[in-house]
Amino acid sequence: MMGHKFGPAWRQAALSAVLAGSVAAAFAAPAFAQGVLKVGMTAADLPITTGNPDQGFEGYRFVGYNLYDSLVEWDLSSATKPSDLVPGLATSWAVDPKNKTQWIFTLRKGVKWTDGCPFVASDVVWNLQHLTDPKDPAYYAAEAAQAGPYLTNYASAKAEGEDKVVITTKQPDSLLPYELSYVLMISPCQAKKLKYDWTAFAAHPSGTGPYLFAREVPHREMDLVPNPDYWNKKRIPKAKLELFPMPDPATRTAALLSGQVNWIEAPDPDAMKKLKAAGMKIVTNTYPHNWSYQLNFAKGPFTDIRIRRAANYAISRTDMKTLLDGYMIKSYSTVPPTTPYFGHPVEYKYDPKKATALLKEAHCYPCAVTLAISTSGSGQMQSLSMNELVKEDMDAAGFKVTLDTMDWNALLAVARVGVDKYPTISAINVSRQVQDPFNALIRHVATSQWAPHGSNWGHYSNPKMDKLIDEIYNEFDNAKRLVLLTKLNEMMNEQAVMIWVAHDVNPRAMSPKVHGFIQAQNWAQDLTPVSVSP
Amino acid sequence: MGTVLRRLLLALPIAFGVSVVCFALVYIAPGDPLQTIVPPDATQATIDAVKHAYGLDKPLVVQYLIWLWRVLHGNLGTSISTTRPVALEVMLALGNTMRLVALAMPAALIVGYAMGVAAARFPGGWIDRAVTGIAVVGVSLPNYWVGVVLVILCAVQWSLLPATGMGSGHAALLSWESLRFMILPSISLALIPMGIIARSTRACVLDLASHDFVLTLRAKGMSESTVTRHVLRNALPQVIAIVGLQFGYLMGGSILVETVFSWPGSGFLLGRAIQNRDVPLLQGTVLVLAMIFVATNLLVDLLQVRLDPRLRRG
Repeated sequence: MMGHKFGPAWRQAALSAVLAGSVAAAFAAPAFAQGVLKVGMTAADLPITTGNPDQGFEGYRFVGYNLYDSLVEWDLSSATKPSDLVPGLATSWAVDPKNKTQWIFTLRKGVKWTDGCPFVASDVVWNLQHLTDPKDPAYYAAEAAQAGPYLTNYASAKAEGEDKVVITTKQPDSLLPYELSYVLMISPCQAKKLKYDWTAFAAHPSGTGPYLFAREVPHREMDLVPNPDYWNKKRIPKAKLELFPMPDPATRTAALLSGQVNWIEAPDPDAMKKLKAAGMKIVTNTYPHNWSYQLNFAKGPFTDIRIRRAANYAISRTDMKTLLDGYMIKSYSTVPPTTPYFGHPVEYKYDPKKATALLKEAHCYPCAVTLAISTSGSGQMQSLSMNELVKEDMDAAGFKVTLDTMDWNALLAVARVGVDKYPTISAINVSRQVQDPFNALIRHVATSQWAPHGSNWGHYSNPKMDKLIDEIYNEFDNAKRLVLLTKLNEMMNEQAVMIWVAHDVNPRAMSPKVHGFIQAQNWAQDLTPVSVSP
Repeated sequence: MGTVLRRLLLALPIAFGVSVVCFALVYIAPGDPLQTIVPPDATQATIDAVKHAYGLDKPLVVQYLIWLWRVLHGNLGTSISTTRPVALEVMLALGNTMRLVALAMPAALIVGYAMGVAAARFPGGWIDRAVTGIAVVGVSLPNYWVGVVLVILCAVQWSLLPATGMGSGHAALLSWESLRFMILPSISLALIPMGIIARSTRACVLDLASHDFVLTLRAKGMSESTVTRHVLRNALPQVIAIVGLQFGYLMGGSILVETVFSWPGSGFLLGRAIQNRDVPLLQGTVLVLAMIFVATNLLVDLLQVRLDPRLRRG
């Protein structure tokens, strides 16, 4: 019948050849168009591959979220709206109406780990125990450390059948889905097969992510290849990934200009013109980053709200933007203005006269303050020159600023321990990710988050805010919670709980041969639509 | 044999001293040894749990003794940041640095020695002035800056050589695909040893030229080339001592040059270990590098004894 339909044998043969060619082209064309995305990262080393990666969010961006998935993921498909949560390995989630400390996650069916084992509910329980229970045979301290900050409210988990997991929290936690977006799931099958040898697991990782681990040359290069069986067929990657650690910005710039890589993270602002002149694309976007100062509320000038406001009025964000060649967004609040809970906060716009008047009113003129800063560090932008400008502006308004400069590691130690051990420091300049409600707002002002237990370095405490935070944790209706979060952000501004200066715009430079990238308003980015032409 | 044994025994207290100083310095420096494995927002409770898991909550002396006991049993421990054995990390890094040294050191020796001899041959002349100028420039220019300039010129402007890295790792060691990555960092590394060798050779040869035995050789009617040969042979032990010292420095790697070229050698490894406060990695790297330095000096001493019969008599 077929022969009749398509005519003589030679025509069939010709048609077959054309069809074969088309099929081959269908496979060859993407392979041809896919190419290799070669990334010069700012990290000093390759991120670990045992689950939640190190090397900050660069580790999540290029390795963590590519090899693994979380139950809940970030929507990275749009450049114009802030990212929100979307289903990941869980297709839906809801709090138990009878018990607000229990969340029920319904899992995606038909997903397989890259080692071939099926993904089931008991795997999620295994992962959570592996990260939280030191007595569990699969416990891995390094991974527990990476995931720990996102599981502070986690109490226990149990599987119900193969596709449901019940997670119990220590207290009602409406923000748990946000926190779980940072907790990556690894294959228990592979871990057991390798007898919990995590060095071996790092060399043979198994997840459910859009990429497969191909190889790692220690400290030099990591290659990831598309996972053709990825469960999300819309996100099958187009290009192979080659990742190179290049901590020096001049090295990254040279590597891009010479064609050794076709994508670099965080190019030096001074090199932007040169990169543009060479035809490179510079991509930027708002993202939840905050370059600010956390203040000492236990002792010293910043215990007085007038002085906190004076500091905010004293700084010219316009001059700061000029310093950075335009690569920043002026910051008057902890979160960027595109954040859903930004609201209408008080904006302390540059007014040095008002700053001086406030200092005089507070009888702190000149007002001596010590700012602890770092020479560089993750998210610290152009730390030294920016801090010099802040000092200049504040001094001009009547402050007497001393910059206490230390390396990034030392500043983190100061930040972790809290104000009690460093009472003479008036403020610390530690940039923060402000991607979700807890990390953006709550941890900076909640009394329960006083360092060293949390990130409230300066021991800020305000019963009204604590009550509001409690309401936020107990509000499981998204719309109603948004109203509360907006109120919290506005309260934080009214109280001038920080000195806000800049939001980074996450610049990255890429060759004109790189196509299809959409820079989401997020620390993570989706590399799956990216292709590289020859 | 006695000299070798004596020197080897002397190396033990040096190694011990190095390990103690290094261990103490890491803890005196501000910062947190867990920096690499805990994110900036980790709570104190998380940090305490991890410290306990890694044994970092024990008293310093106990930590040091545990480490020392392991080292004596041939175990340098495990890197906190990469979870790989420190011995493996150090060997990989040393192998990478050795690739650069294998190019940089002979180049520095040949060029530096030739320049020094030429300068000493015509003291005060234009060759001498030129050599002195080049040597001073070589010693004075920061080698990482030279590295950046070389990258801009040779990689970005002229597209002759790659800017950074070691290549794909697939190519054979002696293939052009591998060698081309080594040229710029090797030149950057060779500059300082070249300058030092040139200046030292010049000074040494000039010094020897004023010795009585040179006067005697000339009085006996020896040709100038024969006199030069005698002078150079006498200069060799001193030059070798300097070369040995420079070899030790180069094997220690240059943190800055290796960072500029993203070259994962021993300097890069050391820099990363310091930055991350990765105590086991730092301890192991410093110890191995110190031992290489000691071994190099020992080899140089033995070579000098072999080349200079007067030392054997002494």
